[in-house]
Amino acid sequence: MKLKEIAALVDAECLTGQCFLEDEVEAAFGCDLMSDVLAFIKGKTLLLTGLTNPQVIRTAEMLDIHAILFVRGKKPDEEVIRMARENNMVLMTTKHILYTACGILHRNGLPGVPISEVKK
Amino acid sequence: MEKKERSESLKLEYEVLKDDFARAGEASSNIKKVLRQLGIDAQIIRRVAIATYEAEINIVIHSEGGKITLYIYPDCIQIIAKDAGPGIENIELAMKEGYSTASHKVRELGFGAGMGLPNMKKCSDEFYIDSKKGDSTTVTMVIYMN
Repeated sequence: MKLKEIAALVDAECLTGQCFLEDEVEAAFGCDLMSDVLAFIKGKTLLLTGLTNPQVIRTAEMLDIHAILFVRGKKPDEEVIRMARENNMVLMTTKHILYTACGILHRNGLPGVPISEVKK
Repeated sequence: MEKKERSESLKLEYEVLKDDFARAGEASSNIKKVLRQLGIDAQIIRRVAIATYEAEINIVIHSEGGKITLYIYPDCIQIIAKDAGPGIENIELAMKEGYSTASHKVRELGFGAGMGLPNMKKCSDEFYIDSKKGDSTTVTMVIYMN
């Protein structure tokens, strides 16, 4: 699913990486636990989270995650946005809670990370 | 495990400070950039990046500070994460998924779920941990190029 479709579905505001909104992701992972993100994510994945600290960007960087959707209306500070920009990431924010944002995206065809990855 | 000392290796070394949450991950970020410049396979880089990042976070949150050293060989990458203590009381317990001694502050950052060491092991082809209470901890990981 294209990032711009995701933005439209959850009524998200793009904080940085506007020029990458044509890029696509194949799955999504919704989580506030970066330890789990590091353990389970593979491939072109959208990360949905309510955490906005610099470690979210670092975690995404290590995993080659290029798109993060902050939920519950959270916005990271300028330093975090700068880090994301340096790594060519797309940061978006939606007012929806994590459960609702995940529900909307799943209903519209964006699957979760396969359970086989989670069980490994 | 003996530290490999071969002439054809490239060495990278980074100091990691205790409680430096703002800069945690910088060393791993630099390592990843160097590996990319060297043209190393993306899947290998990903495993090294996760392993070094988990090690770096562990040094920041659990130790008195330490160092991450990488030796890059034509056939493998060796990562050595060594801290200045205080050591792990029960290594078997520390290796168990879900077991953590992390503080509330660390958990607020999204870490401390007890996945660090198991995930480092999962990313490595060889994994060694050497620690005892009151002393330093050394984690050595080897990732094969193929």
